[in-house]
Amino acid sequence: MATVELRFSALPEHVRTARLVAAAVARRAGVDEAVLDEVRLAVGEACSRAVGLHQSNDITAPVKVALIEEEKQFSIEVGDEAPHAAPAERVAGGAAADADVEAEEDEMGLAVISGLVDDVEVTTGASGGLIRMTWPTAPPAAALV
Amino acid sequence: MDLSLSTRTVGDRTVVEVGGEIDVYTAPKLREQLVELVNDGNFHLVVDMEGVDFLDSTGLGVLVGGLKRVRAHEGSLRLVCNQERILKIFRITGLTKVFPIHTSVEEAVAATD
Repeated sequence: MATVELRFSALPEHVRTARLVAAAVARRAGVDEAVLDEVRLAVGEACSRAVGLHQSNDITAPVKVALIEEEKQFSIEVGDEAPHAAPAERVAGGAAADADVEAEEDEMGLAVISGLVDDVEVTTGASGGLIRMTWPTAPPAAALV
Repeated sequence: MDLSLSTRTVGDRTVVEVGGEIDVYTAPKLREQLVELVNDGNFHLVVDMEGVDFLDSTGLGVLVGGLKRVRAHEGSLRLVCNQERILKIFRITGLTKVFPIHTSVEEAVAATD
């Protein structure tokens, strides 16, 4: 199981909590201090995106965040349960303008994540999506210097 | 930390001082403030971000929205920011080319280009 797991109702006010917890666990895992700001921002972007997807799809399930400490690396997985349709399908239904704006914001969030994190994987399927981000951690010996 | 907002007028510019965290939860407050200012006829805005601790893409979206609104009235939206971690987000998203970013409110207020 993950080192720390977090589930929160898909509400914007909880994203800050996820950021704080992720940064705290990342620091403990040995992620470089200089990178913690990036961890905070990246996990915030991933969670904001998941909250938006749950809200626009009327999904009551919580957003899931897994913070995983492994040898020499630290990973964060943010999972949503929104069915990821192709953009063209999403527009169908009438609210084309709204869908466009949402798609644009969604892309901006992903752009920030991919600009910040070297090791990022985005997987999507009919039952939801997952963003996995990984950072290297300093070995204990180096951390003492 | 929550978002704090205060506005003041300097000459023909309206300075919006923002403090705290601009994220998916607080960004709507900033959006409301910018929309209100533009609706009240303030088309030359300076957003002072020196007190901002955190900014994400939702916040960027609100600033871009503000810029579109003032431009519709031939206005301007300038930013004041010296914090590297905030500037980095503007660079990653290419928005340094979109917003004039100044090092002080005085400089932003005096700028005309």
